[in-house]
Amino acid sequence: MWRPRLVPDGTRIPFFRYRWIAFVWSFVVLALTAGLIATVGLNLGIDFKGGILLEVRTPGPADLAGMRATLGGLQFGDVALQDAGSERDVLIRVALPEGGPDAQRQAIERIKAALDQAIGAGMEYRRAEFVGPRVSRELFIGGIWAVVISLLGVLVYLWFRFEWQYGIGAVASLLHDVSAAVGLYALAQIEFNLTSLAALLTIVGYSLNDTVVIYDRVRENLRKFKAMPIEELLDRSINETLARTLSTSLTTLLALVALFAIGGEVIRGFTIVMIWGLFVGTYSTIYIATPVLYYLNIRRSAEPQASAATRPG
Amino acid sequence: MRQPSWKLALVVGVWVFAILALLPNLLSREALDRLPGFLPRNQIVLGLDLQGGSHLLLEVEAKAVVRDRLEQLVSEVRAALRPAQIGYRGLGVQGEAVVLTLTDPSRLDQALGELAKLNPLLPAAGFGAGTVRELVITGEGDGRIRLELSERAREERIGAAVSQSLEVVRRRIDELGTREASIQRQGSDRILVQVPGERNPEAIKRLLGKTARLTFHMVAMEVDPAEVRAGRGPAGVMLVESAERSGPREWVLYRQVELSGESLVDAQATFQNNEPVVSFRFDSQGARKFARITQDNVGKLFAIVLDGKVISAPRIREPILGGSGIISGSFTTESANELAVLLRAGALPAPLTVIEERSVGPDLGADSIRAGTIAVIVASLLVVSYMILYYGIFGVFANVALVLNVVMILDLMTLLGATLTLPGIAGIVLTIGQAVDSNVLIYERIREEARAGRTPLAAIDAGFGEATRTIVDANLTTLIAAAALFQFGSGPVKGFAVTLAFGILTNMFTAVTFTRVMVELWYRRTRPAAIPL
Repeated sequence: MWRPRLVPDGTRIPFFRYRWIAFVWSFVVLALTAGLIATVGLNLGIDFKGGILLEVRTPGPADLAGMRATLGGLQFGDVALQDAGSERDVLIRVALPEGGPDAQRQAIERIKAALDQAIGAGMEYRRAEFVGPRVSRELFIGGIWAVVISLLGVLVYLWFRFEWQYGIGAVASLLHDVSAAVGLYALAQIEFNLTSLAALLTIVGYSLNDTVVIYDRVRENLRKFKAMPIEELLDRSINETLARTLSTSLTTLLALVALFAIGGEVIRGFTIVMIWGLFVGTYSTIYIATPVLYYLNIRRSAEPQASAATRPG
Repeated sequence: MRQPSWKLALVVGVWVFAILALLPNLLSREALDRLPGFLPRNQIVLGLDLQGGSHLLLEVEAKAVVRDRLEQLVSEVRAALRPAQIGYRGLGVQGEAVVLTLTDPSRLDQALGELAKLNPLLPAAGFGAGTVRELVITGEGDGRIRLELSERAREERIGAAVSQSLEVVRRRIDELGTREASIQRQGSDRILVQVPGERNPEAIKRLLGKTARLTFHMVAMEVDPAEVRAGRGPAGVMLVESAERSGPREWVLYRQVELSGESLVDAQATFQNNEPVVSFRFDSQGARKFARITQDNVGKLFAIVLDGKVISAPRIREPILGGSGIISGSFTTESANELAVLLRAGALPAPLTVIEERSVGPDLGADSIRAGTIAVIVASLLVVSYMILYYGIFGVFANVALVLNVVMILDLMTLLGATLTLPGIAGIVLTIGQAVDSNVLIYERIREEARAGRTPLAAIDAGFGEATRTIVDANLTTLIAAAALFQFGSGPVKGFAVTLAFGILTNMFTAVTFTRVMVELWYRRTRPAAIPL
């Protein structure tokens, strides 16, 4: 029976030879990210900035201009309206009102009252969120901790299970992935909220999975081919696992595309970033995690271990 | 290879158990209650974002708790220094301390001695914890004295206020007749209220936003409010704003609290002359006191103060001996009802502030469940087709494992009572994409080993063996990321970490153990000359 093959057997793509092109590319991506964050900044959602978010369904097609005028009349400062999937669904974002906890507590109520009055019966309030300034700061700091702790955890785990070079390589590639993903948030001005944090850490998880698979093969090949030049050995490891890399990327991509198409507006931003992260993660495994092993002289420290741990087969 | 019948039993057994554990989710709650006791009856807990509901994070205002104690301390200080005839000026609360200055600085030691009597030892916090006093009292040579709460007294007071608030919040929400609300303490000074299915979170917020501290004071009818406002009023009176639109804007009341809300045993909204009013009843001690006050003060005004505002100040026409009374004011039926609920549930020891709110309507939740379910099904179909196309019969094995994987994630959620959220569904979809990764790793390895010239059996053995190490390493590192997410994430994101972590665990089982058994059973049956990979 004929079956498609993503990768022909026994490829020998000289990945390592093109590393300079990749380095330049990575540098450009990281520089762009840094530049974007410094200039445009992230479009922080209320989770991290504090504020009010309402999702409403109007009885007829939503009159965004009218609603904007109504809410502008409340003098809450920043009011942003956004289409939320259908012509009747609207997302309303309002900055935290001045004037202490009481004013903040009543803000949602006042917005609802104003909209009810302007639009009349039939307004449906599907979602209401309010995040105070202290909570948003805590969530932000908690988020940074989550990323830092997970990276440290990975570093330590790989150090114990492999060698310290692998830990550094993996963390370097993860930092690249996280930066590239944050860069997309800044570039496309996708709202950065708690769900985005989950997206970042999933990208970390995915990229890591990929990296560990290749590292595992590198370790195995270091034991098998003691005399092979390291460049060739790294290339060989990438090529040997290439079929798996592409297969897994494809299945994950299929699942993500399904989420993107029908998962609803709430997780759409999440899936876009995940799809980008999938590519970035696969790329960084080949062009960051693996070259780092070369530059950190993996063979020298692997050798004494390898002779002790050689096993049959 | 060992006995295939034993392995077949394992495969079937796992499936039976996995399906059984899920069954309660398909039944209604009533049907569940009728099941015999030995059957599992746990159901998956849906997060508020899926079933609709309100999540409110409240903060107990610690400053108010401390300020209350300090204000009390001011009168204690006054009472302590009076008998010793020590003169002072500027006694009052300043920031988080009570301060005063002695008129005669040479009597500092004597004053400190008197004040030390106000300072009890706190009960030891634990064995060997050392003793701590409630107050830190410092005096300076120029006669200035500062009284502050010690760190532990402060913590204990705030802690007690939070526990008490928790109780009051629970009673108030119970009064609303809301089912299945969850009320938990969070951190040192916060309370998390989660109410499923609530369509109107504003009512809850209004109810929790009031301290509902009720006190009864005599009105100082002979004192002119203007005098008090100018700071020339007599000692022991205070100026209190009126909650009413009609009548005087401010009242002069005696500071002395005659009775307070703590003495109430019941409060109900009723009607009097077609006006909504709140009737209340005192406990026996309160009733005796109330009788005495009304007997002694016929003809005078008696003010009812709620949260620092006079809601009414009726004239005492005759002694009230039955221990019950009525609060009239400009109530609507709704606000009378609300006040009755608040009075029945008791006062909060300190104001609560809503610092985070997330409310989702039940319709949006249902939409999310629908979209999520469709996403899971479509993602599964795409991945399943791909696997069959790419790996043939081995793809079928991977797919059986994949379905088992999803079933087992839901099993774990059901049995452990974990909460399924919208991001949690995303986590499941992602797991579907990655679950096959383990199988892909194994199959590619088997192909490689076969191409290297091994017999099918040896290739299968080596494939599983070599790939298992990779799978465990790769999955454990991902698990680390999921754990960090669980630890530091909050709310819905935690739900994502949960399904991701469960997906990783079940994936290791299904790919490494379960698929292997299926492949081995298949091999025994067909004995192929070459592996169709």
